[in-house]
Amino acid sequence: MSELSNQNQPGPAKSRRRLFRWLDQRTGLDGVLRESLDEPIPGGARFAYVFGSALLFIFISQVITGVFLALYYVPSADHAHTTVAYITKAVTAGSFLRSIHAYGSSAMVILLLLHVTQTFLYGSYKGRRELLWLSGCVLFAFVLCMAFTGYLLPWDQKAYFASAVGTNIAGEVPFIGAWLKEFMRGGADMGTLTLSRFFVAHVLGVPAAIFAFIALHVYLFRKTGAAGPISENPVSPQLPAEPFYPRQVVVDAVFALSIIVVLALIAHFEPFDLGPSANPADTHYLPRPEWYYIPIFQWLKYWPGSLSFLGVVAIPSIIAFFFASLPFLDRRMERRPWKRPVAVGTYTFIFLALFGLGFLSYHSDHSDPGYAAQLITQQKDTEDFMRKPFEPEVAQSLSSGLAAIPADPLIAKGGQIYQVQSCNACHGDGGVGTAAAPKLTGIGDRMSAAQLTALLKAPTPKMIAGGMSPTDLPGEQMNALVSYLEALK
Amino acid sequence: MSSAESRNATGTGSRRSYIGWLMGLCAAGVSAVLFVPLVRYSIYPLRTKTTGVKWADAGAVSDFASMTGPVQRSITVEQVDGWRKTISEKVVYVTKTAAGQLQVLSAVCPHLGCSVPWSAAKEKFVCPCHAAVFDANGARLSGPAPRSMDSLESQVENGHLMVRYQYFRQLVPTKEVIG
Repeated sequence: MSELSNQNQPGPAKSRRRLFRWLDQRTGLDGVLRESLDEPIPGGARFAYVFGSALLFIFISQVITGVFLALYYVPSADHAHTTVAYITKAVTAGSFLRSIHAYGSSAMVILLLLHVTQTFLYGSYKGRRELLWLSGCVLFAFVLCMAFTGYLLPWDQKAYFASAVGTNIAGEVPFIGAWLKEFMRGGADMGTLTLSRFFVAHVLGVPAAIFAFIALHVYLFRKTGAAGPISENPVSPQLPAEPFYPRQVVVDAVFALSIIVVLALIAHFEPFDLGPSANPADTHYLPRPEWYYIPIFQWLKYWPGSLSFLGVVAIPSIIAFFFASLPFLDRRMERRPWKRPVAVGTYTFIFLALFGLGFLSYHSDHSDPGYAAQLITQQKDTEDFMRKPFEPEVAQSLSSGLAAIPADPLIAKGGQIYQVQSCNACHGDGGVGTAAAPKLTGIGDRMSAAQLTALLKAPTPKMIAGGMSPTDLPGEQMNALVSYLEALK
Repeated sequence: MSSAESRNATGTGSRRSYIGWLMGLCAAGVSAVLFVPLVRYSIYPLRTKTTGVKWADAGAVSDFASMTGPVQRSITVEQVDGWRKTISEKVVYVTKTAAGQLQVLSAVCPHLGCSVPWSAAKEKFVCPCHAAVFDANGARLSGPAPRSMDSLESQVENGHLMVRYQYFRQLVPTKEVIG
């Protein structure tokens, strides 16, 4: 507050200032705040600059929702789907939070495209911003990695098959392809080890790297300064600068707030689906990646067999190389898009091509009756699964002595009698024997049913000394018990 | 923020502080809205029972109308643990007290945990491990058992005898639930 307004309210303002000074003397908070909030923006605050901070905001939202999802999620092939179903169907606000997280990943990709397009069109990579651009490219790759690894975690049909396709594509990389695919999968096939690796990448590895590169990216941005509008000199800004706070902060905050409101509304009214559990044996399943990978998915169709290296590896690598080295290739200080036909033209062409590929993919899916029918079936299966209430997973019971229930009901009954009469206490479950009494497996080879029945009714002195008491049961119960014993192997 | 404003002579002080206050309020509002689902999500297991044994069905009450002695029943016990459940078969005995009330006994001997069979010939429960003997209602008669056979909570629901299966500590004279 300025000195003027302080005079009107001396009490609370003064103690606030005293508290602030106490903190500042111990932390240097004032310097940090001034440094971060007084960032000069040549040419003033603009809506066009919101996308970077929006990305950071949504990333933090993803981290928070992700951490909470991890309270219930278990990353193993036998529990992943059940735990995601538990979150979606049982836990309070589970579906809402999961939907925010899943739609948030799409929001990240959209904001990424907006941010890249804006900085590209404005030529904000020029004027000693090469490293800033490169760190941004690395972040771009990391965000796509997060989307790819996160996609597998629910372990439903869609997740499993899309990731199988994705890791197969990794196998196309020359020289190291086969090794890379096995490294990603944790083996030759998709399995629980794949899930563990993707989980560690998604939750531990890549987020840590993202945080590090965000710090680098923001640092480099502040070092070279905001580029400002396209009329501004990229190396030495001429236009009068406006501090980041308050106007840009307000614009950024309003935009971030509106994104979160939109996400919350979508999450509430259109919860993110969970399909039925992954079934690797399903040969009919048509995998489709999430919308942002569809253009690449369509592109791959044009490069079968021996051409696949060209289309899958060579061309994308060349595009990525030119994209990343843009600040090194384009050394002109010119920032106006209409004066940069090559750069802007190429970018526009690729953007429209990706869009066109996406449209072609949609069209081909829906014009082929077989594909269209299968996709409708898959959607219906998902809806059916979502309608069912939560089904807890049945764990292996530790306390049932019978590992397998025999088919013959007489033997099964005999097995139960064996337990009720506490035979298992000394002779062990399934007659395997303990220190207290010998094993009964194979007794059917040594004694007939009649001999065994007689022995049970009148044990030998040795047996009696060991603690065995005569077994006196009615006819059919005796019959059942002896049948069970005779069958023990 | 307030100190930065007070030292920045170029900013319009009171407007900046007003915006700062307004943004703080918006941030608080947004946090509150998002915070509520996050909190409810994380305390879900405190407000709903996510563990515990479900009541098992021992059979229709009419099945036990004409019983002459303890009836052995195998019940399916479901233990719920979060998103999974264990299903096991447990043996219990349904008896009738002198007053005609249905009572359910655990077959687990309170001495050392062996399964106690009913001997129709002797009209007693006789544990084959160490010869603990109990009467038709599970009351201790002789032998090393420290107490009578443990009765299980039961109630009649929709004409069915429902049983709450529990485990009790062995070797102690008082009935203590251990799970």
